Amino acid sequence: MSTETSRRAVVTGLGIAAPNGLGIEEYWTATLAGQSGIREISRFDASGYPVRLAGQVSGFTAGEHVPSRLIPQTDHGTHLGLAAAAWALEDAGADPAAMPEYDMAVVTASSSGGTEFGQREIERLWSKGPSWVGAYQSIAWFYAATTGQISIRHGMRGPCGVICAEQAGGLDAAGQARQLIRSGTRLVVTGGTDASLCPYGLTAQYSNGRLSESTDPGSAYQPFGVGASGYVPGEGGAMLIVENAEDARARGARVYGEIAGYASTFDPRPGSGREPGLRRAMELALADAGLAAGDVDVIFADAAGVPELDLQEAAAIRAVFGPGRPPVTAPKTMTGRLYAGGAALDLAGALLAIRDGVIPPTTGVSELVPGCDIDLVRGAPREAALGTAMVVARGHGGFNAAVIVTNERSTR
Amino acid sequence: MTQTTTPTPFTVEDLKATMIECAGAAENVNLGDDISEIPFVDLGYDSLAVLEVTAKLQNHLGVVIPDDVVEQLPTPRALADYVNVRLAS
Repeated sequence: MSTETSRRAVVTGLGIAAPNGLGIEEYWTATLAGQSGIREISRFDASGYPVRLAGQVSGFTAGEHVPSRLIPQTDHGTHLGLAAAAWALEDAGADPAAMPEYDMAVVTASSSGGTEFGQREIERLWSKGPSWVGAYQSIAWFYAATTGQISIRHGMRGPCGVICAEQAGGLDAAGQARQLIRSGTRLVVTGGTDASLCPYGLTAQYSNGRLSESTDPGSAYQPFGVGASGYVPGEGGAMLIVENAEDARARGARVYGEIAGYASTFDPRPGSGREPGLRRAMELALADAGLAAGDVDVIFADAAGVPELDLQEAAAIRAVFGPGRPPVTAPKTMTGRLYAGGAALDLAGALLAIRDGVIPPTTGVSELVPGCDIDLVRGAPREAALGTAMVVARGHGGFNAAVIVTNERSTR
Repeated sequence: MTQTTTPTPFTVEDLKATMIECAGAAENVNLGDDISEIPFVDLGYDSLAVLEVTAKLQNHLGVVIPDDVVEQLPTPRALADYVNVRLAS
């Protein structure tokens, strides 16, 4: 057996900054209780916008969680990422200062970059002139800012990167983290924390035509439901610490689970009439994990909240898994879609579900649309022995990805 | 009018306030200490941070601090002295 396949990637730490909870236990308790973080937008005056609701991270004060030096030079999304990464390292009990710096890497997903920061600077440009645009605009806006700042803060100089694949990015980043572990990196910080709830950011998101214009937080985002009217946007996400299983075991780390399978696909050209790539992503992830459809105990769905996309996802699940099983859930109904942070948070949720043997509920969906005949866990959490979970994500623009996490794994 | 006005001198303390506003304070540096002769780089202010600070001084005080001059002003004292010369002229 080669080194490549004998090195397995396990998750040893989680850091969560979600609209319905800061930190693992606050998020998980709220999620199991069906408590939503979706509210009227208050980060800016959205009264003149057609989209009025969002999942905002509340109770987060950057000064309490981010070094003073970094606050003025980074965007809100990076603040969340820096905090979540530090929490994840702490949760993993990992001390980066004690590890060789080239043995650690950072791979995050980003969908919007530092939009709110950019909005502020462009307003200065319009109102006062070029000399008032801050020097930090040059490093705060771009997609790799969060990866770079985490890398600098914790002295992680291995093969770092950023992946931009909208909502699928969190899974692609986890797949890349696993690849790095296989090729010799010892520890990888992965995940994503997008934050784009500013006029510029919301306008950009609105252009995809998929945002819910509902003003009722309880029913605005109901994927697979008869009242589906688009999705609610949100901010935040999660960071995960991924390590080589043997190294993690050697230092006595607690293991949440293994990244056992990963695949990504791209949709055919719009209007081609060909099947979207989601089913193939699921099948390829199963094959990659060496598992059969029947081995999967729960699916964390992409849950677009757009009728046509919901039907496509339900059809893909049925095609791969057959009718009626396994249970499917979408706790993102309590946070909104978090773009690059969304699938990372779902991965964290899947690992917590496995840990506790409980599937978190989907909220807001009263009746399933005909054709979406899936076992959607609704209303209350469902206890179940969970060994294997699949997380599915689609990114606007044609991205599809699936990751399989398992609680234990025999050698291939 | 025969009265001449002397501009209020720009002090290292004033500069310190601008530095914190622009770029925060490094975790391992106590800006409460006398920092006048400590190079910016040792205070945790890289070239981008110094650029941000000088841009703010130019906008707020109306002084011109060319980029190539900034490179010749390695400490808070040197930068404050330069600003004072410009303010007086």
